Amino acid sequence: MRSEYDVVVIGGGPAGLAAAIKAKELGLNVLLIESREFLGGIPMQCVHPGFGIHYFKEDLTGTEFIHRIIERFRELDIEYYTNAHVLEVAPYSYRHKILRIVTEEGLFEVAAKTVIYAAGARERHMFEIGITGHRVAGIYTAGEAQTMMDIYGVMPGKEIVIVGSGDVGLIMARRFTLEGAKVKAVIELMPYPGGLTRNVVQCLEDFGIPLYLSHAVTRVEGKRRVERVIVTKVDEKLRPIPGTEESIECDTVVLAAGLVPYLKVIEKAGVEIDPVTRGPVVNSYLETSVPGIFVAGNALVINDLVDYVVEQGEEAAMGAYEFVKNGGLPALKWRKLVKGRNIRLAVPHYLADTKDVTIYARVGEPEENVRLRFPEIGKEIRLPFVKPSEMIRVKLKREEIARAKDRITMEVVRDE
Amino acid sequence: MKTRIAIIGAGVVGASIARVLSQYEGLEVHLIERNVDAGMGVSKANTGIIHPGHEDDPEKHPLRAKLCVEGNRLWYQWTKELRIPAKWPGELMVALEEEDIKVAEYYLELAQKNGVPGVRLVDREELLRLEPNVNPNAAGALWAPTAGVMSSPMAAVALTENAVDNGVKFHPETEVRGIKVENGEVKGVETNRGFIEADIVINAAGLYADRISAMAGIDHFTIRPRKGEYYIFDDDAGPKVRRIVHQTPTPTTKGVYVITEMNDGVMIGPTAEDLPEEAKDDTSTTREGLEFVWEMAKKLVKGLPPRSRVIRTFAGLRPEPPDGRWIIEAYDDPWGFINVAGIRSPGLTAAPAIAHYVAEELIKGKLDVKLTKKSRWNPYRNAFWFKALPREKQAELVKENPSHGRVICMCRTITEGDILDAIARMKKMGVRTITLDGVKLRTGVTGGTCQGSFCRVRIANIIARETGVPLWKVSIKGEGTEYGIGDIKVLLRGEEE
Repeated sequence: MRSEYDVVVIGGGPAGLAAAIKAKELGLNVLLIESREFLGGIPMQCVHPGFGIHYFKEDLTGTEFIHRIIERFRELDIEYYTNAHVLEVAPYSYRHKILRIVTEEGLFEVAAKTVIYAAGARERHMFEIGITGHRVAGIYTAGEAQTMMDIYGVMPGKEIVIVGSGDVGLIMARRFTLEGAKVKAVIELMPYPGGLTRNVVQCLEDFGIPLYLSHAVTRVEGKRRVERVIVTKVDEKLRPIPGTEESIECDTVVLAAGLVPYLKVIEKAGVEIDPVTRGPVVNSYLETSVPGIFVAGNALVINDLVDYVVEQGEEAAMGAYEFVKNGGLPALKWRKLVKGRNIRLAVPHYLADTKDVTIYARVGEPEENVRLRFPEIGKEIRLPFVKPSEMIRVKLKREEIARAKDRITMEVVRDE
Repeated sequence: MKTRIAIIGAGVVGASIARVLSQYEGLEVHLIERNVDAGMGVSKANTGIIHPGHEDDPEKHPLRAKLCVEGNRLWYQWTKELRIPAKWPGELMVALEEEDIKVAEYYLELAQKNGVPGVRLVDREELLRLEPNVNPNAAGALWAPTAGVMSSPMAAVALTENAVDNGVKFHPETEVRGIKVENGEVKGVETNRGFIEADIVINAAGLYADRISAMAGIDHFTIRPRKGEYYIFDDDAGPKVRRIVHQTPTPTTKGVYVITEMNDGVMIGPTAEDLPEEAKDDTSTTREGLEFVWEMAKKLVKGLPPRSRVIRTFAGLRPEPPDGRWIIEAYDDPWGFINVAGIRSPGLTAAPAIAHYVAEELIKGKLDVKLTKKSRWNPYRNAFWFKALPREKQAELVKENPSHGRVICMCRTITEGDILDAIARMKKMGVRTITLDGVKLRTGVTGGTCQGSFCRVRIANIIARETGVPLWKVSIKGEGTEYGIGDIKVLLRGEEE
């Protein structure tokens, strides 16, 4: 390991690999740090299709998708460590960050002009979604269950209740069924499914798995292992309605209750956090509030598609390139991206007229026949529907950004 | 001839007794535990506070008052000797209303009677300087600087490990089925793993002490479980408190505590809910209990971290004896039987003092066993955590053994080396089944932000490799809690059970 790099990438999943590849292609010297024993990140445990439709224009499985990226990474001969953990990212000066890294080969301290943080997200667990009851065997997050099955070859359980109908929950329902387990129900808090309609049909309806909308698992019961869950209807404010409890016998509970960006290391470095995305606040170079620390992938915002994650990795690498080339990003006039009607979250948070930018956003509620509007720059896009589960991805051109004075509002308006 | 002693229950009380007895010559000490490991019962889930010793009235509970003050002093030494993580931030008993000051004054009086050092009243102004996050409308507080916090689940395993190092034999997964008494004297303990001969049987069976006592013919009391529910927040979630904060007790409630636990997360709790006698394994959390804790904690401090930063909720059971009275006694009939039963709060604090009391007053005093100190007794346990070592030492360790350079639990920075060390210690201590919870108790793995969703499978894999058990069969806390049900095709092959 040398002692100074243009860019150190933290995380060897799709965002980190894409960032490292792009940075290397731009001529930067790059080090990538991965905490697990192999590169590839979460797609390594995704044996189902639906990956790469935008990026490779092909429908691939997660493992096929990431294989292609890893091949490219290897061709470029990028320096990397697996089984390596970043203990600290200390912003030493505007130009340098000091990283403390522990690996099997020893402890290292390296300086980096820029850092691209792409360590992904963690899953929400039972304690933060208000499930009470017994803490027994047979409770897994979806990602843990998926890792057990598809990396280590272990079957978690036989009779399964899944909490959450996002794409992860739906795909796991199908996966368990194909391995011979009985999925007793998928429980969804919201009045609508959290995942794509295609997945509701292909993963639940085709297998006759019941979906409980506006319901919550409120309690897990069992002596040694899960024996049953108590499911309760919720009102419009998502509070459980007393008297509507129903018991479902099962030996396994799988929690697919959403993801939260995992930011431990850079939070300590002082990056500002957006309370809604729970990821960092970034500008259109994907630079955080600590100059020279960039972020991409699910550590930035929870994405639906790996294609977006890869795109963000490349974007962050281009940001790092600008930073290294100019000794920091140029002084710019930033326009704040303001969330208007029915926009729950949107990144990046600050836009400049120096480059085109891709905005990733989510709505708060499903609506049909709407327009996505940016009033200050006079831009409007017609959309047949919007759903909280489907990310809106929209490009703004630099000339469009230039039209706004100090803020750009993004809003969903009804078509009448 | 050696005096054979069987201690039933490897919780913090039983393990403390084992450790104290391990320093004497001529004793053969057996520590018997029903669970897979030490510290898996009452000791596993509580507030972890080392009380200063001003909460008991020496006229009503003289023994308890005395042993609590002594226990506090002893823990200061024991936690250092055994490397049990502990800190001593002191405690503020907050008077929320003006009239609660009288209650605080009453406890000041008890502190004087019990000889607790440093206790004094502070007014609102000083209270808010000491602890800026306390409810700004509070009237004042009683300040007790000797209070501490420790990792209580770690305590029982550390005590047992040290006792075993000094010659005690540990018998996990051993359930007591009867106590043999002949001619009014104790002869030994019947277990699922055979008979263990003993001249003295010490009952430290926690919630089950009434049942064990009845096996020896002493059945005049029952132990009822009292449930306490808690929240723990993420280690970087604030606002926090620096000191141990709780409310002046009222006739109906002792109130909840707000503390910053050993891993730096704010912890709030507990409730105090009396359960029926048969609910001795009901450690489930409830919506009502958790809501109660939340409301009480909100009265005590200005701000709690947001609910979204809760990383764990849990419940523990405390043994509640009749009239709240500890039952620490040696009997004439059967001779050789000792009860250490109903050790309710401040039992964790008093445990080392209870152990000395049992050795000196009961075994030596009442049963007339000669106690001679061993010439060589090792009070130390050389535990370490990679993350707590200085950098040079870390670098050295990684060079010696690369497993120290593999961080497995990212949230808490616990390395594979730490895990391997824990497994080796468990084997040496006599643990039969290496469990995920056993590794968790000793290292802190899976206790952080992600609650094991990143690392549990990797830890199970290490245990499988080190013990030769298939991955799916690695258990969380013993039989019936296996990690999986078989290999991935087990159901498709139709080989169920």
